[in-house]
Amino acid sequence: MTMTSPLPIPLPLAEVPPDTVWRRMRQSGRIVIGGGILLVMLLVCVGSLPWTAFENADGSLPAMHYDRQDPTQAVQPPSAAMPLWFGTDKLGRSLLGRCLVGGAISLFIGLAAAAISVVVGVTVGLIAGYRGGWIDALLMRSVDVLFALPYVLMVILIKVGFEDHFARWFGDRYVANLVVLFVAIGSVSWLTMARVIRGQVLSLRAQPFIEACRAGGLREWRIFTRHLLPNLVGPITVYATLIVPQAILQESFLSFLGIGIQAPLPTWGSLASDGLLPALNPIDPDWWLLLFPCVLLAVTLLSLNFVGDGLRDLFDPKREAAKI
Amino acid sequence: MMRFICYRLLQFPLILAIIYVVTFALAWLAPGNPLDDPDRPLDPAAKAQLLEQFHADSPWKFLAYYPWRLITTGDFGPSMAYLEWDVNEILGASLPVSITLGMFAITLATLLGVGIGTMAAVRRGGAFDWFSLTVALVGISLPSFVVASMLLSIFAVWLGWFPVGQWGSLRDLVLPGVSLALLPMAYIARLTRVSMIDTLSSDYVRTARAKGLTRSTVIWKHCLRNAVLPVLSYLGPAAAMALTGSFVVEEVFNVPGLGQHFVNSVANRDRTLILGVVMVYGTLVLLFNLLVDVAYAWIDPRIEVG
Repeated sequence: MTMTSPLPIPLPLAEVPPDTVWRRMRQSGRIVIGGGILLVMLLVCVGSLPWTAFENADGSLPAMHYDRQDPTQAVQPPSAAMPLWFGTDKLGRSLLGRCLVGGAISLFIGLAAAAISVVVGVTVGLIAGYRGGWIDALLMRSVDVLFALPYVLMVILIKVGFEDHFARWFGDRYVANLVVLFVAIGSVSWLTMARVIRGQVLSLRAQPFIEACRAGGLREWRIFTRHLLPNLVGPITVYATLIVPQAILQESFLSFLGIGIQAPLPTWGSLASDGLLPALNPIDPDWWLLLFPCVLLAVTLLSLNFVGDGLRDLFDPKREAAKI
Repeated sequence: MMRFICYRLLQFPLILAIIYVVTFALAWLAPGNPLDDPDRPLDPAAKAQLLEQFHADSPWKFLAYYPWRLITTGDFGPSMAYLEWDVNEILGASLPVSITLGMFAITLATLLGVGIGTMAAVRRGGAFDWFSLTVALVGISLPSFVVASMLLSIFAVWLGWFPVGQWGSLRDLVLPGVSLALLPMAYIARLTRVSMIDTLSSDYVRTARAKGLTRSTVIWKHCLRNAVLPVLSYLGPAAAMALTGSFVVEEVFNVPGLGQHFVNSVANRDRTLILGVVMVYGTLVLLFNLLVDVAYAWIDPRIEVG
């Protein structure tokens, strides 16, 4: 006996592209513009490193090198000649080269701090929200206590407390300085992430599909990675994007205190803080020393905040109305 | 309600004790100590004697002495870096300054932030919306030392409207207050805007308009009450932060507040002062978070506390 199936009737369906996250992202002006600016900034800063951060093959320094000092060119205002586009500082170093290297380091610090806070914050939030009980109470009360500690103090204590140890481990002062910077900044910025993720996990855990996973005997690790994490991508992305600008600003604050990046390495924050006095000097101000780092910093952070806001609207269905 | 407040107040000592121990551990683990001044090295015997006098020759002695002293007399002990000062004297001199400045800043930030956020939400997509959002974003996209120094240069040095580097009169309050208010203002404006847009589309707003209430009554009396809830939860920590001062603002405007001690006490490894500053800050954070929870219930009676 043969099975006769009814003839499939072809339905005249219009081509509707699936409503994926990527598609909605492309439609959000804020994400496209902000993300585009960020991408260009990252590519230019990192892509120019061979000309700004390393020696030539013959051991000489390229014209745009961040630490190439030239006393004859000290404190030159911006001009059309190539390494002088942004002017020079009081040691005759090209501000353009310093801004590019500074940008690469600032962005790196921001991304590293965001990565640290994602790993720590998501782990703590997941475990606290999923396990509940005393583990939840313990973890969340620790978060409360850390929130009540002044955060400037935490960053500085971690920085001064671990820098020497790190220098011994890595054998390199500059690497240790960088690592301790983003550990200090990252370790204070995971708190909000942990709280947000815990809240999300609490509401996810109550849903039938997680119950089904548990009833099906899935191991906890698999529930975490296969079923909870994909549902948390939205909030994680949003908060990670918003941590990057905060981390970059914190580094600038540390530079202002004189305990940020180790000179002569620059960051946008340390360049702005070094340029503050000469640029605001009422007699003969060297305005470019403050203007260029600040403009680059502001444009980058503005884009990051735009992208973060756009993503938040995208992932939060309740905020649908808030889209511009 | 009273039960909830009492319950929370009873938790305070425990949380504060944990904060004390954690801070102490961090401060003790940080290398160096206040008596190691590279410019004038102390005689080892004198150093040992001073450490003993401070009860700081071992962490256990420190923990056995200071917490008890704090609980019984409310005294944080002598500062280990400013030898002739007590921590209580330092806090007593700087905290009122920071509280005055902080109250001014947080009031300014709340009024302006809620006002701007509401106006932006009402005129969503309009010129005012874009302008205010951009200003708010630029405000949080520049380091605070740049913004504060620019304000000082423009309004005090070039235009001469305000005095430079003084503290004492009402005019000296304006520029540092504004610098301190900018960041919370930007956040509050954004929070208000988003939740106001949500609120404006709810049914009861349409009902209120339909029964003939004016636009401004509906916006400022009916909607604001609901839209301001997210702002409240931000205000708790923000107020605690503003009231304890900001190192940058105090440094730029030469204000003798508490913010400088957050940084200086750590730089000097002044353990008693670090603990004093942290405990003041922690108490304020806890208090303001409690206030926020109470205010939540007061503004929205549907919310159950506890």
